[in-house]
Amino acid sequence: MRLRCPLCGERDRREFYYYGAEDYLHRPAADAALAEWDAYLHLRDNPAGVTRDLWYHEAGCSQWLLVTRNTVTHEISGVELVAERKA
Amino acid sequence: MRIDGKGLIDRTKPVRFRFDGKDYAGYKGDTLASALLANDVRLVGRSFKYHRPRGVLTAGSEEPNALVEVIGPKNQTPNVRATVQEVFEGLETRSQNRLGSLRFDLLAVNDLLWPFLGAGFYYKTFMWPRAFWEGLYEPLIRRAAGLGSLSGRHDEGTYEKAFAFCDVLVIGSGPAGLMAALTAGRAGADVILCEESHAFGGRILSDGGTIGGMPAGEWLAQVLAELEALPNVRLMLRTTVTGAYDHGTYGALERVGLHKPARPNLSRECFWRIVAKHAVLAAGALERPVAFPDNDRPGIMLASAVRTYLNRYGVSLGKRVTLFANTDQARAVARELMAAGVTVAAIIDPRPDAFSVEDCPVHVGGEVIGTRGRLGLTGITVRKGAETFEIETDCLAMSGGWNPTLHLTCHMNGRPRWDEDLAAFVPMEGAVPGLVAVGAANGSMSTHGALVTGHAAAVQAVQALGRKAPDLPLPEAEDRPYVLKALWAVEGKGRAWLDFANDVTTKDVKLAAQEGFRSVEHMKRYTTQGMAPDQGKNSNVAALAVLADATGRGIPETGTTTFRPPYTPVSIAAMGAGGRAEGFAPQRFLTSDQASRDRGAPMIEAGLWYRPSYFPKPGETTWREACDREVRMVREAVGVADVSTLGKIDIQGKDAGRFLDFVYTNTFSTLPVGRVRYGLMLREDGHVLDDGTSARLGEDHYLMTTTTAAAGLVMRHLDFVHQAFCADWQVRFISVTESWAQFAVAGPKARALVQSFLEETVDLPFMGVAPVRVGGVKGRLFRISFSGEEGYELAVPTRYGEALFRDLVARAETMGGGPYGMEALNVLRIEKGFITHAEIHGRVTAHDIGMEKMVSAKKDCIGKAAAQRPGLWGPEREQLVGLKASAPISAGAHLFVPGMEIHRETDQGYVTSVCWSPTLGAWLALAFLKDGRNRHGEKIRLVDHLRGIDVICEVCDPVFHDPAGEKLRA
Repeated sequence: MRLRCPLCGERDRREFYYYGAEDYLHRPAADAALAEWDAYLHLRDNPAGVTRDLWYHEAGCSQWLLVTRNTVTHEISGVELVAERKA
Repeated sequence: MRIDGKGLIDRTKPVRFRFDGKDYAGYKGDTLASALLANDVRLVGRSFKYHRPRGVLTAGSEEPNALVEVIGPKNQTPNVRATVQEVFEGLETRSQNRLGSLRFDLLAVNDLLWPFLGAGFYYKTFMWPRAFWEGLYEPLIRRAAGLGSLSGRHDEGTYEKAFAFCDVLVIGSGPAGLMAALTAGRAGADVILCEESHAFGGRILSDGGTIGGMPAGEWLAQVLAELEALPNVRLMLRTTVTGAYDHGTYGALERVGLHKPARPNLSRECFWRIVAKHAVLAAGALERPVAFPDNDRPGIMLASAVRTYLNRYGVSLGKRVTLFANTDQARAVARELMAAGVTVAAIIDPRPDAFSVEDCPVHVGGEVIGTRGRLGLTGITVRKGAETFEIETDCLAMSGGWNPTLHLTCHMNGRPRWDEDLAAFVPMEGAVPGLVAVGAANGSMSTHGALVTGHAAAVQAVQALGRKAPDLPLPEAEDRPYVLKALWAVEGKGRAWLDFANDVTTKDVKLAAQEGFRSVEHMKRYTTQGMAPDQGKNSNVAALAVLADATGRGIPETGTTTFRPPYTPVSIAAMGAGGRAEGFAPQRFLTSDQASRDRGAPMIEAGLWYRPSYFPKPGETTWREACDREVRMVREAVGVADVSTLGKIDIQGKDAGRFLDFVYTNTFSTLPVGRVRYGLMLREDGHVLDDGTSARLGEDHYLMTTTTAAAGLVMRHLDFVHQAFCADWQVRFISVTESWAQFAVAGPKARALVQSFLEETVDLPFMGVAPVRVGGVKGRLFRISFSGEEGYELAVPTRYGEALFRDLVARAETMGGGPYGMEALNVLRIEKGFITHAEIHGRVTAHDIGMEKMVSAKKDCIGKAAAQRPGLWGPEREQLVGLKASAPISAGAHLFVPGMEIHRETDQGYVTSVCWSPTLGAWLALAFLKDGRNRHGEKIRLVDHLRGIDVICEVCDPVFHDPAGEKLRA
């Protein structure tokens, strides 16, 4: 598997650390309801198809990446910096 | 026997080798198989289940029978294919899977028992009595199972792994692959051409013929010379592309030194990961056997293999050869044998309308229905219409047509397509993105077809790369149609083999269908069809044709089993190259490493770091004696310890304090410059991530310390929090762990020792930090303590670490002090109730360790909201306590109320750290106990079933030593 880091270019997946779904980016407010925190921490989809998740270029530029990929075809359709993400 | 004037072997370079203890001679360029056949050794192995005598079936890596052990000075490799292993001077080999000698294998009794050993016999036979399984059946089956044997020793040979990158990867160097490589190479693309064998050329080496109006061998030499001269083309011989993976990544195994005598630093194998923008699969096709009764005797071989041994190795397998084949193409081997002076006794062609005029008898419409010869073929029985007759022969060449080598196209879940005309599966286009199958691998069976499709695929690839395709005229070549009548099995008396390696016959497949295993995947698992080292390369298609017939379905409906990587076996040693023993993980050494070893300190692993365990003195016989002395030394005088392994993160920017407030539970933005504060860090789920101190070095400048274990984890966490939640804040940070060497100086005499190094007088308050000069070098002095004594940490740039350590220790010794190791460091911190990752192991909260007051109410921080969830705080939680005992106790033990039953439900908690405290003269522990903070003074029962420990302890505050902290602040 290869990921195209926006800063370093295309690299082998061994350079990256996998974290999990992009849900981690949508942190609830400090006073949000318990159920909302529970969903943020624990509830995840397991899609057959397009998914967005978080990868860390640990052996590279230390940037967190938001990767859009397809779990069925393994196609990677987008990689952006978490720090400069659009949405 | 060797045929004069034939073959590409180097007859000027004879080679001696051994097989089963006997000496043989071959030539450079021979494989073990060709050299043994040249010496008339036909029996080379025993089959897996029935221990039938077996000979060489093929001339390539798909060989199911000729598997041998290669014995090297430092390794013994089982299941080596004799058809791939090249001979070299001193090569030592041995046949395998036999009890006794190869000629008289005692396990051949299985062959007489065959009516009882059909498909599924394990499942049916070893059911009862149940008690027999472990003691009798399993050991017996394990003894009989497997093929070759291992030496039982470590493989100390050298292996490598490597990455390569290219525009176009060409897999296979027959006419199709050569044409593709030449086209892409001339266009200037970066090309890698991989060839599995030990010479380029593919079937050109076996079949000869003409290409471009010249002998094919001459064309091959010309193309190779041009490819070798092109700087943008890399030629990789003895390299099998074993797998296709995501995004243009291919696995490949190179046999680097397996064809040479072992010598130091000569790699045996190299596992390549090749990243290619485009790939051309030109792997050719594999000829398939025909399942006729007793088709497995030594001397029965694939027609294409007979042709390879004749033309490439100059060997004939017999003096009276017969051919049983259903294509026109296969006739060539008979003609070439006759031209070389070998008698061809007969050609048997099952096609009723086949061409019948050759220089030998041709039995059109005939079939082979039986064979003779115990250890090697002596004759065959032929049926033609109503008549049967015998033919004397010592070599039967057979062919049932060809299967395209499409395995790589299935590695990413692609399924092949059935082609009725070829009676074979062909690759599905686009099954592996970026890979195009050409030539015979794609069902283009003629040389012309190979050249055309190889050229076209390369043109397509170079154009996609934005390059201009070269003006390359296509050389003329043979373009005969490939016409066959599918022939999978011949009915007759006796067993007809499909999978030679795993002893699966047509009867087994029919039995599977009869017993309900009608799906091809079920049949495979029930019969073990295709599960041998050749992974069904020779037999899968025929087996599913037999299954299709037995179930009354067509082949396309029956489908195929899944081809998975690797295409050929890959040794674990090659995939894990460099990872054995010390290579398993990187080693990190302190600047004081040599100085510690000089003092005889045994080193202990802490993550990747190596730290001194203790510093033994003459007369000390156990680690405990040294440890106890070092603890007393720190408590009474002064000790020096290297603490550089702690993670150090330099944090700067206008928002640095704000950032620390967000990642720590407590507040750092209010910390005065020149002061240090202990901080607690949570995960977002409310559990403790790490702890450590952070110092404020300037208005916008902090230095964070992490534990040794969590240094990488914390860095990753900080990067995430920053980039995900506050990327616009003015803060940047970097790990400086390796930039500073840092030494703890602790004890009543610590201040005097530290001061002796400083140019200025420093009067630091507890939890203070100041820049200092040490012997003219800029350093930092922290007044912090992990021991409970007055303590300092002195940091200097790493390159001065060793000098400072040696000097610190030398001066400490003049004051009654010295160095202390990890063991003493651990005792000191337990006595003081300081936690490490033994306590903050990922399942504890700030509340559990009594630090809930450190979670600031005035601000948000990572983990704060989740830490307040029900269940993460309160009396039900196991809370940090100290335990005191007068007998040895152990970490990992569990706690129970004295007098209560001991079982899971009555468990009250567990012990995380334990030591003998020379300071208090007692055994101490840190433990987690339900509602522990309210139970100080209680007696608790500590039970460790593993070590047989059962001790009553007193529950107390975790801070045993100097609870008021007077020594710290002295």
